[in-house]
Order: sequence, then structure tokens, then C-alpha cells
Amino acid sequence: MTDNEAREVVGDYKAGWHDPENSTIRFDAGLSEQVVRDISELKNEPEWMTEMRVKAFKHFDERPMPTWGNMSMLEEIDFESICYYLRSSKATENDWEDVPEDIRNTFDRLGIPDAEQKWLSGVTAQYESEAVYHSIREDLEKQGVIFLDMDSGLREHEELVKKWFCSVVPYSDNKFSALNTAVWSGGSFIYVPKGVHVELPVQAYFRINAKNMGQFERTLIIADEGSSIHYVEGCTAPTYSTDSLHSAVVELVALPGAHIRYSTVQNWSANVYNLVTKRGIAHEKAKIEWVDGNIGSKLTMKYPSVILKGEGSHAEVISVAYSGSGQHQDAGAKIHHLASNTTSKILSKSISKDGGRGSYRGQVTVSPKAENCKLNVVCDALILDENSRSDTYPTMEVANPTARCEHEASVSKVSDNQLFYLMSRGHSEEEALALIVNGFFEPFTRELPMEYAVELNKLMALEMEGSIG
Amino acid sequence: MTNNNYNPLLIYQANKHLFKRGDVHERLGINMSNDSELLKIQDLYACIDDTSILKGINLEIKPGEIHAIMGRNGSGKTTTANIIMGHPDYEVESGTVELNGKDLLEMETWERAREGVFLSFQYPQAVPGLQVGNFLRKSVAATLGEEAAKGKEFRNKLKESMKELDIPSSFLGRYVNDGFSGGEKKRFEILQLMLMKPKLAILDETDSGLDIDGIRTVAKGINAAIRGTESGALIITHYSRILEHVKPDKIHVLISGKIVKTGGPDLALELEEKGYDWLEGKSES
Repeated sequence: MTDNEAREVVGDYKAGWHDPENSTIRFDAGLSEQVVRDISELKNEPEWMTEMRVKAFKHFDERPMPTWGNMSMLEEIDFESICYYLRSSKATENDWEDVPEDIRNTFDRLGIPDAEQKWLSGVTAQYESEAVYHSIREDLEKQGVIFLDMDSGLREHEELVKKWFCSVVPYSDNKFSALNTAVWSGGSFIYVPKGVHVELPVQAYFRINAKNMGQFERTLIIADEGSSIHYVEGCTAPTYSTDSLHSAVVELVALPGAHIRYSTVQNWSANVYNLVTKRGIAHEKAKIEWVDGNIGSKLTMKYPSVILKGEGSHAEVISVAYSGSGQHQDAGAKIHHLASNTTSKILSKSISKDGGRGSYRGQVTVSPKAENCKLNVVCDALILDENSRSDTYPTMEVANPTARCEHEASVSKVSDNQLFYLMSRGHSEEEALALIVNGFFEPFTRELPMEYAVELNKLMALEMEGSIG
Repeated sequence: MTNNNYNPLLIYQANKHLFKRGDVHERLGINMSNDSELLKIQDLYACIDDTSILKGINLEIKPGEIHAIMGRNGSGKTTTANIIMGHPDYEVESGTVELNGKDLLEMETWERAREGVFLSFQYPQAVPGLQVGNFLRKSVAATLGEEAAKGKEFRNKLKESMKELDIPSSFLGRYVNDGFSGGEKKRFEILQLMLMKPKLAILDETDSGLDIDGIRTVAKGINAAIRGTESGALIITHYSRILEHVKPDKIHVLISGKIVKTGGPDLALELEEKGYDWLEGKSES
């Protein structure tokens, strides 16, 4: 199958172009302990990191595949055909002018430098395995905010990294967190000092360009007492007929009274496996919010989670998933109430269309010692045609009788009367469908920065085009 | 300003010298024999799921006129409204429906809306997550063009119309018909009517479920949108009450899919008094 044919198969995907691959270093496909050691050596890492990578690799090697999600799709992943490290640029620059031209053009086309000027506190742009551009506003730097790509973070703040790395998501958490820990490269490292509020969001943008590429970024955000930060990430990849793998780990630490919001609009092309572990720990009176949108990818398995460790802490997970032809979005949330007076809210919305499959998989637990917890779970599914599918797998384990739990679930279809109503106001059938779909996602989009919300609405309108027979 | 900027007839009349006789029909898609009718329905037969509902409707509305169709439940009133708007559940067996000489039955629903047909629904549909303000802007843009939905003029018209209908400004942030009371839904339909300025407004049971103040308010909106313009309206109702506030030029009585009587405003009073039984079995033709 040529790439053009592949494009026809996966449909109209705006970010599906690719640039010629000009790699400066490309590892041979396949994974072994030696590959892991080579990555670490190339990065000139301290020994403890090398050893952690090797331990993680051994765990990955022995650990069986997950037995949930989409097992038949997981079995199709050919770990031996994937390239685990690819560097296209010699260094991480802090001026777009210094970024190699072809890579800079890619990010220009994606509108990143433009967005940076208008509404962001800082940007990191990752291309294949490494960050190629990085910057933060001077005033934040002066206040002691650290915003680096993860490799620089390890070099420049080793003690902080050593203390927190793998503290929220141990490498042995699951097969893909072990894989990420073994071969991680790039991602963001953020530290916000006590009491500092980063008003504008910081953004990371991840781009896979090469074929059969594995991207394994690693992100660690530490918000010290009483501080706050909003991190947004976006991602795209070219459309190829062969699969790529994106397997990230994100760890958040919200110290007492801190507030972290982490927003994602994932729009990988439909040949990317997106198997991501995201987890945060909320200390006393801290607040962690995951705003998680999954539009692209072939298979996504992602359950952003929060451990409510400190009394009075709060967690929110608002997520949407869109599954089109050939796609399976297995997404949801996990929240563990370990302390008293903790509260949580999960809102999950999924749309399936053209044979796509959306699953909500959620787990909420309340430990015996946690008194007076409140939890609220709402999952809504919208199915656009007969061939599509939606499933819900909610779990609640409540071991303390003082907890107040609410759970609501709904599955709906677009009715002819709803379409007729909107069409009678001059909207074509496709426009009417886009209004309904964007309305369905509205509780999610209103939480995004405006620029992202506008993009998402456009994206969904594109998905609705050509859908009316 | 009237709504007839795009009336092909006016264009024709102004440019008569440019057209050779005979090719006018094709170029403008109009039928010269219908030139004075806004809406013209001829011998309309329609069914739903093989059940015949309309059995030969004939109706003509001229610009500026308000007509009413009255009749009992199941007589075909709502079917008539839905067919003019193009609801996919109904099948037209024969007959024609024309707006300013253009064949509506050939058009998709949204094309009819862009052509100037508006339907105020008996049961408006909820669209959760779609904000009222956003929806109004988008709908005005879709029917009257992007320019009409922009700027101060639109905002003022919106503010003015909402005031006229006793709709608070907080309404704009709510979701379309989501959790609206019966009265709110009806007032919202009339708000759309006032902003979209259609050539033909069909009002399907707009008075049902409204108290007397509600009826007075929506009647005010209908009068403001239609009276003194070149637009026309078709009010569908089974009560005469709304007709006290929106005086129709003609009233048609529909029984079993046929118009059995047509009269002036006084016919409503007669029906109020005598009911429909005395018209059973009658036919205008």
C-alpha cells in the first residue's frame, strides 16, 4: 500500500503530510538491553538512570500484554519493527531561527510559533525523540519557574528529577510504563516554586514524522505549595500505511494547596497506537485536573488518574473521545480517595461513527480510612450510526460508608427530528450534525483555552463532512 | 426594506429588456402565471408510512397576508407544515408547493430555509451544548448571509426582539431548548422568527401550552415580524384565541386532509361557537 492509498483508507486528516526524513541519528529497529543502554549512553546519563532503564526494560520484556482494552489490536503491534530512537536535530534551540528549516516549517504549518507569541507562557516542541525548540517567558524564569525538556531537566536538576521520577508512576505499573521508562526521550520537566501562579498556559507539541517510529516522551510536573500551572499538549503525525507507537508517561505532583491542570488534544493519525499512562498525586487541599481529548490514533488506551493523598484534595477528569472508522478509543479515568474530605468528578463523553468503537473504562475507589468523600461520575455516549459501538466499564469500590457517590450514564443517538429542526434553520445536514456533535462535546471544549476549543470544533466539523449518504 | 431583495420577479422587471421572451422561465426558475402568490399549494396529496393524510390541498397566500389553518387533531395541519418545510418522514404523492413560483418540493430542507421558509415548531428540539446566542448567529448567517449576523445592527435587533418577547439576556448562554419550559420554547421560536425575517412563516400550534400573557407576547412578535412587510404567515392552530391577537386575512378549515371551508376572521368565532361537526363531509370544491 502506498502512502496515498493509506491516506484514502484513513480519510481526510489535516496533519497527515510528512517531511523527508533527515535524521542525524537513527537506531536500527528493534529493542534489546543494548538499545536501552545505547540511548542512555548517547544522552550521557547518570548511572542510576541507566540502571532504572535496564530494570524497566527487563520488566517490559517479561510482562504480558494487558488483558483489557483491545487485545487483538495490541497483539498486532510489532515491537521489532519500531525505531526506538531517532534524532533529527543536533540540539534543543530557544530561537525558532536556529531550528533546522524543514522542522521549523513543520511547526509553522501547525501554527506553534504563532500561538506562542499570542497566548502562551512557554513552548516545547518535540520532533521524533528529541525536543527541537524550547522557550519560557523571562519573567517566569526570574520567579524560579523551571520549564525544560526532560533530558535537560535531568542534566540541570538531577536531584529534583531523582527524587520524583517514577514516584507517581513506577516503571512496573504496567507494560507500557515499563517500556517508556526503558526508552524515554524528550517530554517536559516543570517545577513551579511555592506560591507562584503561572497565568498563561505552557504548551508542549509532539510531532512524529518518520515511519514506524516510537515516541516515548516523559513528563514530570511538580507544583510546589500554593502554586498553579496549566499545561497543554497537542500532537499529530503523518498518515502512513504502517503503524507508529506513542507511549508516554506523565507524572504530576501537586504539593499542598497547589493546582495543576493538564489539557490534551490528541489528534494522532489513524495509524498510531497511543498507549499512555498519566497519573497525579494530590497532597493536602491540592487540586489536579485532567482535560483530555482523544480525536485521533488507531487505538488509544489512556486512563488519566489521580491519587487523592492529602485531606481536602480534589480531582477532576473531563474527557472526550471520538472514534471513527477503524479507531478504538478505550479511555476513561481512575481516582483513588485515600484521605478524608476529598472530592472528585469524572465527566466522560464519547462519540462513535463509521464503525468506530468508544469505551469508557473507569475506576473510583474510596479507602476505609477516608471519611466524607464525594464522588461524581457521568458518562455519556453518542452513537452516530448502526455500525458503531460504545461500551461502558465503570467500577466503584467504596470501602467507607460515609462516602457520597453519584453515577450517571447515558447513550444517545442523533434523532431525525433534531436534524430536521436544525436544517429548518438553514443548516445543511453536515452542518447540523456538526452543531449537535460540538454541542455534545461543549462541556469539554469550554474547559480548553479558546484557541484549542476553536481548533477542536473545526476538527469535528471536518469529521462530519462527507458523512451523509 | 422588504425581504424581496432577491425576488426574481423584481430582478426580471428591472431587467426586462435583457431577456428574450421564453427563456425567462429557465433563467430565473419562475413560473409567470403565479406571479402574485407568495405561497401556492396545488392539489397536494401526501402520506406517511402508506397512510394517506393530505387529500388534495389547495392554498394561496399573497405577500403580506396572514392565513390560519384550523382543524381538529389529526386533520393534517401539522403534516401540511412539515411538508412545506420538507420533513423526511412524509411522502408527497402528487401536487405542487411553490414559493414565489419556485418549486419547494425539489429543495432540501435547508435550501427552503435559505429561500425564506421558516417553521415555528410545535415541539422544538433540544440541542444540549449548543448555546442560544451562538445558534442564533449561525442561523441568521445561514439564511440571510454572514453579513447579517455581524456587528451592531444584529446585536441591537437581538436585544430589541428579546425585550419585546420578555426574554432575559441570560437566555443567550443557555443551551438550545435544553430544559426550557413550554412557554420559553415558544418564545424562543418567535425570537428566531423575528431575527431570521423569513418570507413565509409557518407557525405550528405556537399557542398551545401558553397562558393568555404568553399568547399575547408571541402574538406581538408575530405581528412585528409579518405586519407591514412583504412576508406572509400561515398560523396553524385549533383554538381561536391566538387569532384574536394576530388577525388573519383568511381562515381555512381542514378536515380529514381537505380544506372544507375558507372564510374571513369571523369564521374563527363561528368555529368557537359551533365546533367542527357542522363542516364534516363538506368540501369547498
